[in-house]
Amino acid sequence: MLGAIAWAIIALIRGEEVSAAWLVFAAVASYAIAYRFYARFIAYRVLKVDDTRATPAERLDNGVDYHPTDRRVLFGHHFAAIAGAGPLVGPVLAAQMGYLPGTIWIIVGVIFAGAVQDMVVLFFSMRRSGRSLGQMAREEIGPVGGAAALIAVLAIMIILLAVLALVVVNALKGSPWGTFSIAMTIPIALFMGFYLRYLRPGRVVETSVIGVALLLLAIVGGGWVAESGLADTFTLSGEALVVSLVIYGFVASVLPVWMLLAPRDYLSAFMKVGVVVLLAVSILLAWPTLQTEAFTDFAFNGQGPVFAGSLFPFVFIIIACGALSGFHALVSSGTTPKMIMKESQVRVIGYGGMLTESFVAVMALVAACIIDPGLYFAMNMPGTVLGDTLESASAAVAQIGFTITPDQLAEAARAVEEETLVGRSGGAPTLAVGISYILSDIFGGDAFQAFWYHFAIMFEALFILTTVDAGTRVGRFMLQDTVGNVWKKAGDVSWKPGIYVSSAIIVGAWGYFLWAGVRDPLGGINQLFPLFGIANQLLAAIALAVCTTLLIKSGRAKWAWVTLVPLAWDAVVTLTASWQKVFSSDPAVGFFAQREQFQNALEAGKTSLGTAKTPEQMEQVVFNTTVDGVLAALFAILVVVILVDAARVWIKALRSGGTLPTHEDPYVESKLWAPSGLIATAEERRIMKERETKEHEAAGAPS
Amino acid sequence: MTRASVLTETLRTRFRNAWRLFREFSGERAYEIYLEHRRRHHPGEPVMSEREFWRRHIDARDTDPRSTCC
Repeated sequence: MLGAIAWAIIALIRGEEVSAAWLVFAAVASYAIAYRFYARFIAYRVLKVDDTRATPAERLDNGVDYHPTDRRVLFGHHFAAIAGAGPLVGPVLAAQMGYLPGTIWIIVGVIFAGAVQDMVVLFFSMRRSGRSLGQMAREEIGPVGGAAALIAVLAIMIILLAVLALVVVNALKGSPWGTFSIAMTIPIALFMGFYLRYLRPGRVVETSVIGVALLLLAIVGGGWVAESGLADTFTLSGEALVVSLVIYGFVASVLPVWMLLAPRDYLSAFMKVGVVVLLAVSILLAWPTLQTEAFTDFAFNGQGPVFAGSLFPFVFIIIACGALSGFHALVSSGTTPKMIMKESQVRVIGYGGMLTESFVAVMALVAACIIDPGLYFAMNMPGTVLGDTLESASAAVAQIGFTITPDQLAEAARAVEEETLVGRSGGAPTLAVGISYILSDIFGGDAFQAFWYHFAIMFEALFILTTVDAGTRVGRFMLQDTVGNVWKKAGDVSWKPGIYVSSAIIVGAWGYFLWAGVRDPLGGINQLFPLFGIANQLLAAIALAVCTTLLIKSGRAKWAWVTLVPLAWDAVVTLTASWQKVFSSDPAVGFFAQREQFQNALEAGKTSLGTAKTPEQMEQVVFNTTVDGVLAALFAILVVVILVDAARVWIKALRSGGTLPTHEDPYVESKLWAPSGLIATAEERRIMKERETKEHEAAGAPS
Repeated sequence: MTRASVLTETLRTRFRNAWRLFREFSGERAYEIYLEHRRRHHPGEPVMSEREFWRRHIDARDTDPRSTCC
């Protein structure tokens, strides 16, 4: 009911001021309906969850990775593992098309695609002792599909790390406050690591509380540093930041986990949950007004400066996390299925966890849309278009039909105590400005705006660096595992030379894209982010193809549309986007058209073209677009390979009477009992009480 | 029991449960969980000391990096 009203208000109030809270209401109400009906339908009718069947956590309980875990705790862990900087960045970039395309895709996408994928993958992995997506693809589709899945995972990992690192670089370059705060997270994490290892082993809460306190101190300290003589030391160029990040990534991935990674994980988990709650409460209290239009012209003409291309397919590519994210399939087929206690809980953990991430994405979109559009574009257009002065930036924004005066730009930068906000692309700074408006409205007023801005930058960078640590390590393991098939020694994950070489390869790979992105005359994030989106949706296609295959093989072909429809949609989006990126004749969209344009200009003896001011920069564009174009084509080919291979299996299954043997674990009866939802129902509480008294009697009986 | 004391008792239990969940979420209950597991599945066998357990617990992740998303 509330949802219908909220949607109606969004639909009706055109041209007037819309409060952001209506978007939040519309989202929450839609989630509630989808969870109540659609998720229930999938769980009980399609998947047929069976609570009398023991989960891997119960069957294989070893107290380490297999362990029946309370659903509420597992929900928290699962959410912390799937949500990071992704749902915060994509919606901000998509805001260039107005608030409506992003909002609708986030909400509809999560309900029919993203949350479905997470839940179904979780279910099937749970029925297979927690097999990974790659293993399931190999076992259920075949070696070709399996190999394609492996390449896709590695490729997406590298692009992901480069894009995320680029977001951090763009947020920190020329910002001594931000750079100091982020740099301080390293000694803080080291301190926590040693504290936990030698002084107080096991005191996780205590250590985390100390860590968070130190973190807040580091943010405040950053403000002092920015005004002191040390400011120059912490004012770094983009290139210097790239070098530091690459070195950091390498060191972090070869150091033992207890020193850096584990404490960082604790910190991020705390910050993540804390900030999400803080933001949700603040939006409801501050009730901010949206400044962006529902649709901007860029939604239709495809000439948007933040990323090129029209609404279809690019909104669906840019917003991956929050609507449909293939990466989640790795988490849903990783640790979570090994810890789930009851089959019916896949609904709350898989579907519910993804809905929560989607909610975070809606809040990020809100934060981006309450900013003045003039400022939004001044922050997110490529630096080379904006020029070096506030006047040139103001003129560039006016060029695309928005207004912001140089004075307003200076004022906006002063409010958050930054040198300038112009050309701070990548999403994180824009989001931080939006968050600082919302939070300073509730806590502390204008005087605190700078603090909240840097607080937001800090927590985003913290997530991202945690992902860079962990991602490099995961990539290294995948590489070692793959090479290990051919050369056994390389597969030994504790063999030092193997660790160093494989870490260097992974760091070098994302480092290359990061370096190219920072120096890209066309603005790196604009080029790389679509590529990242395509890679992520490609992984989603693999996950959904595996799910569809399993539904068909297990004789549930009549329900296969549940994953087949999102798969078809995702394949159309991914393939259209790759097609345009490869074959579009519009140089702003197609990588090869762009390459040709620059190549021709070079051959014609021109020394500058558009935003590339020197022949070297032009050559750089030619090289970058070649690499990007080849990657886009590679991704598209991988999708096709997997889909064809999966379709082969579908036909085979349908021909053989509707079923084929799968690798499902045999049935074992469960002895455990636990509620299905996050909050136990009255009925469940009654059963819980009964079981407790029974256990009590059983324990008391012999004496 | 008076009504007030029943209420405080319920609140106390609620709070204790919530705190326990929070500690479990943070990972602090890992050793307790390990002890419970040993007691249930391997009763009477020796268990690791707390310090040794934590060392192994964290070091296990050296060879098992968990995927986290963006």
